[in-house]
Amino acid sequence: MKKTVFLGALTVAGLAAGASAAATLDDVKARGKLNCGVATGVPGFAAPDANGRWEGFDVAVCRAVAAAVLGDSDAVEFVPTTGKTRFTALASGEVDMLARNTTWTLSRDVDLKFTFVGVNYYDGQGFLVNKDLGVSSAKELDGATVCIQTGTTTELNLADFFRTNNMSYEPVPIETQAEALQQFNAGACDSYTTDASGLAAARSTFEDPSSAIIMPEIISKEPLGPLVRHGDNEWGDVVRWTLNALVTAEEFGVTSTNVAELSAAAGDNPEINRLLGTEGSLGEMLGLDADWARRAIASVGNYGEVFATNIGEDTPIGLARGLNAQWRDGGLIYSPPFR
Amino acid sequence: MSDMSYVRSEMLPERAPPASSVGVIGWMRANLFSSVLNSILSIVSLVLVVWLLSAFLSWALSPTWSGTSVNNCRELSGGGHVACWGVIRERWVQLLFGFYPPEEYWRPMLAFALLFVAVTPVLFSMISRRMNWVMLCVVLGVTALYLGGLAGSIAGLALLALGAAIAYKALSTDKDARAAEIAEGAKRLPNPLIFTAIFPFLTPWLLWGGSLWLPIAAALGFVLAFYAYRYLAAVLGSLSGLILSVIVALVWWLFMAVPFGNAIGGIIPLDLVQVASRDFGGFMLSLTIGVVAIGCSLPIGIVLALGRQSDLFIVKTLCVGFIEFIRGVPLITLLFVASTLLNIFLPPGTNFDIILRVLIMVTLFASAYMAEVIRGGLAALPRGQYEAADALGLDYWKAQRLIIMPQALKISIPGIVSTFIGVFKDTTLVSIIGLLDPLGLSNSIRADANWIGLIWELYGFIALLFFVFCFSMSRYSMYLERRLRTDHR
Repeated sequence: MKKTVFLGALTVAGLAAGASAAATLDDVKARGKLNCGVATGVPGFAAPDANGRWEGFDVAVCRAVAAAVLGDSDAVEFVPTTGKTRFTALASGEVDMLARNTTWTLSRDVDLKFTFVGVNYYDGQGFLVNKDLGVSSAKELDGATVCIQTGTTTELNLADFFRTNNMSYEPVPIETQAEALQQFNAGACDSYTTDASGLAAARSTFEDPSSAIIMPEIISKEPLGPLVRHGDNEWGDVVRWTLNALVTAEEFGVTSTNVAELSAAAGDNPEINRLLGTEGSLGEMLGLDADWARRAIASVGNYGEVFATNIGEDTPIGLARGLNAQWRDGGLIYSPPFR
Repeated sequence: MSDMSYVRSEMLPERAPPASSVGVIGWMRANLFSSVLNSILSIVSLVLVVWLLSAFLSWALSPTWSGTSVNNCRELSGGGHVACWGVIRERWVQLLFGFYPPEEYWRPMLAFALLFVAVTPVLFSMISRRMNWVMLCVVLGVTALYLGGLAGSIAGLALLALGAAIAYKALSTDKDARAAEIAEGAKRLPNPLIFTAIFPFLTPWLLWGGSLWLPIAAALGFVLAFYAYRYLAAVLGSLSGLILSVIVALVWWLFMAVPFGNAIGGIIPLDLVQVASRDFGGFMLSLTIGVVAIGCSLPIGIVLALGRQSDLFIVKTLCVGFIEFIRGVPLITLLFVASTLLNIFLPPGTNFDIILRVLIMVTLFASAYMAEVIRGGLAALPRGQYEAADALGLDYWKAQRLIIMPQALKISIPGIVSTFIGVFKDTTLVSIIGLLDPLGLSNSIRADANWIGLIWELYGFIALLFFVFCFSMSRYSMYLERRLRTDHR
């Protein structure tokens, strides 16, 4: 008897949890706000400006989803998460999605039970080396002292790289990027290693940026992307296709400036028509209205615009498109068709 | 042989001390150059101080206040290792208020000013109760004037006039004349501690907004419990009266307070714009957590310390268990429990405010330490004091209130204040669970492409803010010790 009651209670609890987990889209609509987990501060990817408005490459994904679902790119409650709190915040439902330069790995996808809906930035670990050292390749770094952030995947990648190349190194453990730059500039380490996007941003702030060079070797794959909880595929679809809409918009030349014109009436490119809802019923399938992608693109711009305004070559971060160019231009950014 | 003995018959006039032992030279000889070794040490220290100061000043005194980015600062200062103060100019408001809506900044500022009004009668004895009401009138009057509008201006001017009238009266009659007036039957102003009691209910309303009726309903719970105790204790005895009145208050809070607040709020709405806890940040967040933890930990700590010394087995075990458990766990672990573990245990969709969770954890943590500090004070009291209280026929609570606690707390002042200072500084740990206190914000600011790599400017500014508060607390504790010194040393 007791056992059945217990099992029954468990079932009810499970059903309740399942029901509440399965309806994130409805929850967001009812709440009128998207709870989006972002980093507490990564240059170019997420940071509040002087007025407290969040800006950045990851932040733009949140804003695009909010624009698509709620029609307002400011209807986002940004929840700053640290590397330690991000996964519990998502798993517990404190945030609806996480856009916090998080590397897509098997264990995070499978063991932590998250769904990575795509990749918005292909990163990789690189080396920053003082020019005076006179090396031109990471393979010449045998015996070097390397500043490395502790407790990250970069630490493990570094060990792998030096072991496979049969070289030795002396790690200088540091806690934050700010500390790393202090150490590097003070000459406490010959090289600083972290994701290449971070290295470029760091170098841009040096008094003489040409005093340090970034080695050509990229020693790891770091596909960074937004993620949602397992078990709510409808919501995962919404986030996935919002990201894809931004990518497709760039591919077909839809920008924040011409999107209003293109979506006024059906044009002669059927893919654009389907994307912008002037043809077909893709928005309806997602549980949104026909205008969802137009709003997302109009609010933050297409993928290329988001890249250019936040981390592109005209910003202080100054990243080249590289791997993050459209597939036609030799990059990896590729969206499945809107059909 | 003639008598050549000589006896001085008048005093020699006093002569000025030699120039080498007075004034600056004398002080230096006595304190800096009293021996060869001391002279060498003094010179070495002076050189060190000058060297450090010159290095610091050449860094700090840089014309970069108007800088708009790190590179702009470099252009302004012409390169070199100098401070870039532009980041403070652009972000100091954010470091103080976090993401609090700018048009509502008057609310935390008013709460902060009222905090001083509320604690003054508790902390200082030299301010008369009339001057305290003057302070309150001035703070409220200035706020009303700032808020503007016809009603605001009239209310502000009226409050300022009232304040001026009380101040004029207070300054024009001295203490004795006032005492005579009171003896003749003049009405005294109400005790300013009344406002101190109102303050804890007023402040959450100011900071978080919403309806004023909810904090009023919460305060009514205490009033109800008080009257229930007064009535029931007379009928049923003090212990059952106490238990029943606590139950009355709990029933009120759990089931009736919110409907009551909403019902009256529906008739007479007194609402402020709601501000979400997420928008709290910067120094305001540190102060909120610090003040709540400090304010709540002292009473809880006293109760725990008494409980630990109690003869009642269950009470004693509970108190010892609580104190030892909390003290055995680092604060950061408790914060992680608050931020992540509770999220997993609570049913999905529960919205248990993160700042409230942190407040509870920090308060519990501070209370456990406070209990041990106060237990130290209790242990330092001679046994005779307890026995004297018993001999006077005082019951337990009267003995504690009149004899034991005043002495034990006085002994514990340095320990209590250093616990306060420690707790206040520990509030910066919340940056680890993603709350943007000043340290967390400094990380976010550094992520702005304009300000990457700035460390010392931000940390220096934050250190200055904390120093002002911690130093004030420490000076206050010294003042309090002097004021309460009754023994003869």
